[in-house]
Amino acid sequence: MNSTLFLQNLINALQWGSFYALIALGYSMVYGVLLLINFAHGDIFMVGAYIGFFVATFLLGQYGSHLPWDLSPASILILTFIVTMAVTAGVGVLIERVAYRPLRRKGANRLYIVITALMIGLILENGNLAILGASRKNFPELIPKEIYHLAGITFTNLKVLVIIITFLVFFFLQFVVRKTKWGMAMRAISYDRMAVPLMGIPVDTIIVITFALGSSLAALAGILFALSYPVLEPYMGALIGWKAFIAAVVGGIGDIRGAFVGGILLGFIEIFSATIFPSTYRDLIAFGILMLILTLRPNGIYGTAQRTKV
Amino acid sequence: MKRYTGYLLSLLIFLLLIGLSWAGWLDSYTQLVFMFMGVNIILSTSLNLVNGYMGEFSCGHAGFMAVGAYVTSLLTVWFFTPGSIFGPNLLSPQWALILFPFLLLIGGLAAALAGLMVAIPSFRTRGDYLAIITLAANYIIKSAIENIQIIGGARGFMGMKRVINGMENFLNLPWMMIWIGFFVFFSILMIHRLVTSTYGKGILAIREDEIAAEIMGVNTRKTKMIAFMLSSGLAGIAGGLFAHILGYINPGSFTIMKSTEALVMVYLGGMGSLSGSVLSAILLTLMLELLRPLQVFKWVVVPLILFLLMLFRPEGLLGHRELTDVFPSLRRFFRNNEGG
Repeated sequence: MNSTLFLQNLINALQWGSFYALIALGYSMVYGVLLLINFAHGDIFMVGAYIGFFVATFLLGQYGSHLPWDLSPASILILTFIVTMAVTAGVGVLIERVAYRPLRRKGANRLYIVITALMIGLILENGNLAILGASRKNFPELIPKEIYHLAGITFTNLKVLVIIITFLVFFFLQFVVRKTKWGMAMRAISYDRMAVPLMGIPVDTIIVITFALGSSLAALAGILFALSYPVLEPYMGALIGWKAFIAAVVGGIGDIRGAFVGGILLGFIEIFSATIFPSTYRDLIAFGILMLILTLRPNGIYGTAQRTKV
Repeated sequence: MKRYTGYLLSLLIFLLLIGLSWAGWLDSYTQLVFMFMGVNIILSTSLNLVNGYMGEFSCGHAGFMAVGAYVTSLLTVWFFTPGSIFGPNLLSPQWALILFPFLLLIGGLAAALAGLMVAIPSFRTRGDYLAIITLAANYIIKSAIENIQIIGGARGFMGMKRVINGMENFLNLPWMMIWIGFFVFFSILMIHRLVTSTYGKGILAIREDEIAAEIMGVNTRKTKMIAFMLSSGLAGIAGGLFAHILGYINPGSFTIMKSTEALVMVYLGGMGSLSGSVLSAILLTLMLELLRPLQVFKWVVVPLILFLLMLFRPEGLLGHRELTDVFPSLRRFFRNNEGG
């Protein structure tokens, strides 16, 4: 592989890994607070992409009903991001409210909540299929495509945007979790579940905030994904969700850095194994490597060893 | 007499089903539903061994099913039918009557060996990290099969129908029904005997507290190995049967979706309840068939029903109990906790 091809793949891998990282961050945050594998998260990503589609087409005036004032393309883009993230956060919080909280109150075994999450995911996927039909939706092009050539490497402005946004989100989340009061409460809940309510921390509020943050990140990933690969279908979240979850665990689930590093790593492995070997071997090699990492470091790259007491 | 009622009852149901399908009173669709029910019972009970009794979260059961399905199908097609891949048949088709169960067991054995892929990491890894390893194992197996072009790759593999037809031409009995009935009985009995034995107590002890179990003298490595390999082996047998019911398999039938189905059956019935697993496998198979007229909405309604069920019975249908604990009057018929 010569250096140009390497650099080209490096950019592709960073972009591809960014999607995994954004979804994995949501998985990891919810897991850190609730110890719940939120299997519906991949489908929230899908819901985010669809909501983004409807918001964008509405703002572009494709439903016949125009807004009373004209919008510039840039403001449409920004409005799409904001509205979609807010609505998807609402969906995430609603799911938490309707499905997970009642079960948590009843003291159900953690794994039953995981199964409920799986069911919610199925309902979202197939509900979408049943209501909107199997025809694929084409996401409108909100950003005019510009292609740059630099020393033999080709990249679009979108790719750069995806990578930059992902890094910004990562630093923002690091800041939230490490420096703010809410972040401190989140870390406290994952540290000691029993003592936190006694300290006067409203656990349910923190959980709602976590779900809202995680879901809006999934929506962000959904829009960015839809901008890059503008075909939407109901099952788009399933596979990418499972893979992002694996990435989060390999990084060390419950840790922001772990999710980020795991996501980017999975992107690298997938892109580079597809360049070196036939592309059908991609999953085989990617999961083989991830399994090896987990066997060698059972708690992931950033995970700390679980201490067990008898 | 009490000792044998469980066996007698199963034998009676078994003979009744076979008699009805032999006499042609059950149409082939109903027979198919019963056969899938049997396969699902094997899947859910075997997954319950790991997820319910041992308290791990294995979500890659379909992978082991795939190994069993492919190994058994390759062997039966190689032995009993002439084909483009393997050339002329090695043995005359009549031999299938005797050898079929053994080939199923070989498929199960291969699946058990694939189970090592999960069993060995489980010595060091627990909980959600192990869940990922099982998930990755499922992907790896599926992806590996897709890349072996000689057995059809992603296009799938077929020819098993001719093996079954060969058996039925020689002696006209519903052979698939018979073998499924036999292996359902075999796997329930085996898991029941295992979990009520001393080894089974070790498995339960690992669920409660692994370190304490080890201190008390449970050989945790050996116990985990047995549980994982038995579970995946039985899944392999279920896979072999599944392949011979359909007569066609492709890697796409063994995705996470199939594993999810098995998971749902275990948790719907209740963790660590053998009769619960049997009951939920029967109910879920029936529900999926009865709701078929809903078409697209089927896969919205089924998860919705399961979700509501979880909401109102968060411990599954039977919880940790067996059928005999819920209806004590049944105990008259069974020796201690004979379930299902």
